[in-house]
Amino acid sequence: MSVSAILIAALVMSVLGLIFGALLGVTGRVFKVPTNEKVEALRACLPGANCGACGFPGCDGYAAAVGEGKAEVGACAVGGPACAAKMAEIMGVTVNESVRMVASVACQGYGDHCKPKGIYEGMTDCVAASMVNSGTKACSYACLGLGTCERACPFDAIHIDPIKQIAVVDEEKCQACKKCVAACPQHVLTMRPAGRKVEVDCHNPEKGIALKEKCDRACIGCEACVKACNFGAIEMENGVPKIDYEKCVGCMACADACPTGAMQADFESRKEAYIDPNKCVGCTLCTKQCKFDAIEGALKQPHKVLGACTGCGLCAEKCPKKAITMRDRRAPRNKLDKVKKAPAAPAAPKAPVAAKTPVNQ
Amino acid sequence: MNQILTILIGSIFVNNFAMSRFYGICPFLGVSKKLETAFGMGMAVTFVMAVASLVAYLVNAFLLIPLELEYLQTIAFILVIAVLVQIVEMVIKKMSPGLYQALGVYLPLITTNCAVLGVAQLNVTEGYNLILSVVNGVASALGYTLSICLFAGIRERLALNNMPKWMEGFTGAMITAGLMAVAFNGFSGLI
Repeated sequence: MSVSAILIAALVMSVLGLIFGALLGVTGRVFKVPTNEKVEALRACLPGANCGACGFPGCDGYAAAVGEGKAEVGACAVGGPACAAKMAEIMGVTVNESVRMVASVACQGYGDHCKPKGIYEGMTDCVAASMVNSGTKACSYACLGLGTCERACPFDAIHIDPIKQIAVVDEEKCQACKKCVAACPQHVLTMRPAGRKVEVDCHNPEKGIALKEKCDRACIGCEACVKACNFGAIEMENGVPKIDYEKCVGCMACADACPTGAMQADFESRKEAYIDPNKCVGCTLCTKQCKFDAIEGALKQPHKVLGACTGCGLCAEKCPKKAITMRDRRAPRNKLDKVKKAPAAPAAPKAPVAAKTPVNQ
Repeated sequence: MNQILTILIGSIFVNNFAMSRFYGICPFLGVSKKLETAFGMGMAVTFVMAVASLVAYLVNAFLLIPLELEYLQTIAFILVIAVLVQIVEMVIKKMSPGLYQALGVYLPLITTNCAVLGVAQLNVTEGYNLILSVVNGVASALGYTLSICLFAGIRERLALNNMPKWMEGFTGAMITAGLMAVAFNGFSGLI
């Protein structure tokens, strides 16, 4: 091979390279997609999990939507308030405080509560199992515990409990991306605000005591919880109670009333009110506040909390002297230990009204 | 016409890129966990291979052969294909964001994939003309799409099954790929 051949080869390749380089440069200019600087800054704030919980196709999609003003900051559940604050700074807006949500498992069909129909030997996947004979358990709404949600979770936040064999959510890790909610063929998973101690752990819409044969923790639709709630926070929806967490104060009276245990509350964390006798001036504001008749005491006398206290904390909020603190319970709640109202008391103010009526006529 | 049919059947089934030539094995194993993404990858490969066959033929016929520089084929093809795919990516991004969303992720993955380079080289060694080159490019890519989609389908089912611990993940995938290659071997002798 002569020197000229080598030179020609080198020349051809260099020229080709140059032409292509120039071509790329020109196309880059001509076909430049105008990227919003804000969008790139916004994208940098986002965690990049591409989970889609915000309702947009991935973090890029959400950043673009916020940049164009089509979406609000703070929809990113994974990034949380820190991320929302950063994004708000870029966009020059203020954040609406959003409540952190977590997934929760609305089923307690484990162990002896809800027995299996038979021995299932198919694929270890809830979708497959749910297609056979409407699920493997006696209740056809039950958590099948084959881990479809566990595999769907990008944050390692939901696991099948090795003993209970049903799904359990790790509230700390849950980022509210709702992938498990979408993946569950039994629709067992729901979203609720994080840190709440009361939840409905059954979603079987059927009614009646016969349900208890399928699962002894089933909601039989008796509405005892609706009646027990003094805050109007529970309504029946599709045959099961639904808690309005904006109204719920966490008093757990509904769980006290539930005959089957479908309404679950973390009684361990239940508090009770304690009135400091040195600070209490006996103004009786708290006795009027208490929806459970759990505070007794006469005017100008130190008040006392009775066993019926649910630990809702209303009195502590209202006490003008800050004499009431919420402390760990010394004893479980006793519904019956409450103020005994004298039946004659309401009669006294009625008397003058009754006397007036004939005069007006 | 006869020749086109021969190339179609030959490239899709008999000399399947993934299953008998063993080209493009990296994305074959990497992007085959879900049927959806595998199909997206297949479509991107089809697009790139059609364009690559066309451009490689033009470069070879009008630049390398007249200048007697056939020995530069490999490097010239790499250069041309890489540049072309980059340009196409930019154009798609500007012109059709929807298509970019569907294909864009895979395009950089396959710019200089051996399957793409392989089809350009094959066209030259087989001496195909312009039309046959493009037909061969598309057919080979369709064969690749077929095998990667079949593979992804099998892997999706396997992932749901109780496998022995040592067979989970890539081990099982490799064995599956081997068995599929054996099965595709059954097409040999068809043409």
